[in-house]
Amino acid sequence: MTEIELRVNGSLRTVATQPDRSLLAVLREDLRLTGTKYGCGEGECGSCTVLLDGEAVRSCQVSVSEVGSRSVTTVEGLAKDGRLNPVQQAFVELGSFQCGYCTPGMVVRATALLRSNPMPSREEIRRGLEGNLCRCCGYAGILRAIERAVELAQGARRDL
Amino acid sequence: MRDLARPRRPWDRTPPADREYFDVLGPGLVALLPGRRPDESAGGGWRPPTGGAWLHVDPQGNAIAFTGKAEVGQGTRAALTVVVSDGLRVSPDRVDLVMGDTDLCPWDMGTFGSRSMPDAAPALGSVAGGARTALIGLAAERTGRPTSELDAEDGEVRLRDGGGAISYGDLVRDRNRLVTVAALESWVPTPKGRSPPAFPPKPGADIVTGARVYGSDLHPSGLLYGALLHPPAYGARLASVDLTAVERLADVTIVRDGSFVGVVAPTLRAARAAVGEIRATWDRTNQPDEDSIEGYLRAHPMEGDFWDQEEDTAGDVDAAYGRAPVTIAQTYRTAFIAHVPLETRSAVAEWDGPRLTVWVGTQTPFRARDTIAEGLGLTPEQVRVIVPPTGAGFGGKHGGDLGIAAARLARAAHRPVRLAYSREEEFRFAYFRPMSVIDVRAGTDREGRLVAWAFHNINGGSAALLAPYRVTDRRVDNELSLSPLPQGSYRALAATANNFARETAIDELARAAGVDPLAMRRMNLDDDRLRAVLDRAVERADWHRWSRVPGRGHGLAVGLEKDSRVATVAEITVSEDGRVRLDRLVTAFEAGAIVHPENLRSQVEGATTMGIGGALFEAVRFEAGSVKNPHLAQYRVPRFSDLPELVVELVDRPDLPPSGAGETPMIAVAPAIGNAICDATGTRVRRLPLTPDGRIPGPDSR
Repeated sequence: MTEIELRVNGSLRTVATQPDRSLLAVLREDLRLTGTKYGCGEGECGSCTVLLDGEAVRSCQVSVSEVGSRSVTTVEGLAKDGRLNPVQQAFVELGSFQCGYCTPGMVVRATALLRSNPMPSREEIRRGLEGNLCRCCGYAGILRAIERAVELAQGARRDL
Repeated sequence: MRDLARPRRPWDRTPPADREYFDVLGPGLVALLPGRRPDESAGGGWRPPTGGAWLHVDPQGNAIAFTGKAEVGQGTRAALTVVVSDGLRVSPDRVDLVMGDTDLCPWDMGTFGSRSMPDAAPALGSVAGGARTALIGLAAERTGRPTSELDAEDGEVRLRDGGGAISYGDLVRDRNRLVTVAALESWVPTPKGRSPPAFPPKPGADIVTGARVYGSDLHPSGLLYGALLHPPAYGARLASVDLTAVERLADVTIVRDGSFVGVVAPTLRAARAAVGEIRATWDRTNQPDEDSIEGYLRAHPMEGDFWDQEEDTAGDVDAAYGRAPVTIAQTYRTAFIAHVPLETRSAVAEWDGPRLTVWVGTQTPFRARDTIAEGLGLTPEQVRVIVPPTGAGFGGKHGGDLGIAAARLARAAHRPVRLAYSREEEFRFAYFRPMSVIDVRAGTDREGRLVAWAFHNINGGSAALLAPYRVTDRRVDNELSLSPLPQGSYRALAATANNFARETAIDELARAAGVDPLAMRRMNLDDDRLRAVLDRAVERADWHRWSRVPGRGHGLAVGLEKDSRVATVAEITVSEDGRVRLDRLVTAFEAGAIVHPENLRSQVEGATTMGIGGALFEAVRFEAGSVKNPHLAQYRVPRFSDLPELVVELVDRPDLPPSGAGETPMIAVAPAIGNAICDATGTRVRRLPLTPDGRIPGPDSR
């Protein structure tokens, strides 16, 4: 067991863990941040996507000791003061989920995409989200939500 | 959802008068539509699909309704909330729905077969309407006015002459009134002269913030993690097991009971590592491989009568086939495919003395309760199954097995235990959509009118077996096989297979007769609603204005299942090396009255897109009783790059009760794509998936 300090959603958290456990396992089991989902543990589905210093990564593929001083943002950390970010708002507005299990990963990945490219084309959105699976296959609705999020972010000049 | 106390006994197993509705729900009005459990039904043959419904109105004017259906992502919670709100005439944001809790909800057969709306909408609509009538009765008592002078709207009972109103909450204050609703009536939305139903407030803030707690997120105090020892192949039996290495581990509990071997540990990783330390030997049996599976299924029919069987014979199909100027005789095949719910199967079990609660994402909570009780030697009264928010099912979450296993582990560890499959376990140890082998012999006259239709499905099931076409001489039937691979329910399983075979065969007949495939279907269809749906699809797709370009093709297919109708037009491009790109799918769909258009569209789009996977590339590969592709990198499911332009036409029939929408929209996708491939290339593929290795297969594997 090692004591590891993690900066998660703006707070400093200390966990006693084996250092080679995945960030996903530590987030879910130790920190009880269960918004980040387990879908495959093999880096193939994107359900466990989190931001590391703003970059979208699959938390099942990162060991907790590799995180270092980088700040971790999970889906729980996207809304500010109870206010949904434009991506979250767009998913709710358009009802772009069925079972909702892939949604946190989709929302985190799309948030990272719009931060680096505020006006993505439809093709760029599709490419950007290619690694995130929705088995309910609601891709058409998810695409509409992200396009709507672009409008919301532009219209309100809001930060993601 | 409100946190409700646990009743002394499950309400579905307690006579209505003995149910402590008001202790659990507080004062107010309870309306009850009695149901009958299947073991109480006369003759034992007919099974009522649902055990009634109940609904409570509290002194704040809020309603809480109970149904045994489960929400596993198909969105019926929203649609059923509309039904309750419309029947009770109360704003939908005042309606709460408790689903899939076996202590509180009416008995239900299960959430499958597109039955949620056909079963639960009439039950909840009737009980809500009955509650509204009772509220008008209470107002009549209060005011001394006859009920004919009263009307209920917007959560209050009003005097028709405008002389005032009493809110539902005021009417039920300080009362414990139980009313029984006599009749189950079919429910259609928006009776004439009424405003259309309002929609519930947008759900999903909990989804996009990660706050929603799914079954695999549950963390009761003191939770430990379980893991199971699995056989290396189907049919393998545990011969010997050596637990010495595991017994030395601290904080690990081992459970061994016959062939069941499981462990409990403080972390998931520790539990899985402990299972890895178990030394076991297995007796394996011979299992057919992919090349021999078809012969195996043909040679191993299930004996006797089984429930999933249908037959329709008329005239003399052999003679008619012999006389027909245009004939085809072909075999069509569909692969075993996996459900791949994004949330793998999981269960959490917690004991409270002799009583057990299991949270499990199951589509059949009442069956799961009974299975768990039986498996553990308990009475059903001791077991409560709660369906938590669930990351989809698609027919794959019908069992109670994981619940039994979690409960065994929790009993041994004296702590709550969560058991959740890894993705690999999910692929290896779940069950699959059955493989179908379908033999078709059919003929038409020179104009394309069907004159002979022989259709025999092996192992695939009976849904949508019967053709929606007129043909006098026919023989249609199915049989099930003793499959060597575990197989079970799947979203639109048999309908997908039967429709693929039928709609491909119809296209082959049209080509053989030299008739346009659209004209062929219009000429032979025996269902006006399906004809209307077909017309909408081809109109929307501009079928007649298609311009022929090398490498491009279009194809169409229709389908009728469980009283829902679909027509799909597929437009594709085929590269020179045989890769298929889907350019556009146009789907017209009708399922009676539309209750919740946004959710319906979402279901149609999702089903259509999911259908692309089974049509083009999904297949479970196996060898010697073991899955060869148990990872998402090996078993491809549809992703963003597979999404074509989707056009969805929803056909509303407000005069007809709503039928199911979860399955039927996917059943015309595969044959439409297959027919488009033939249109583009002249190559006919009679096997799903159509492009197993990313391209149209060679002559030996079509």
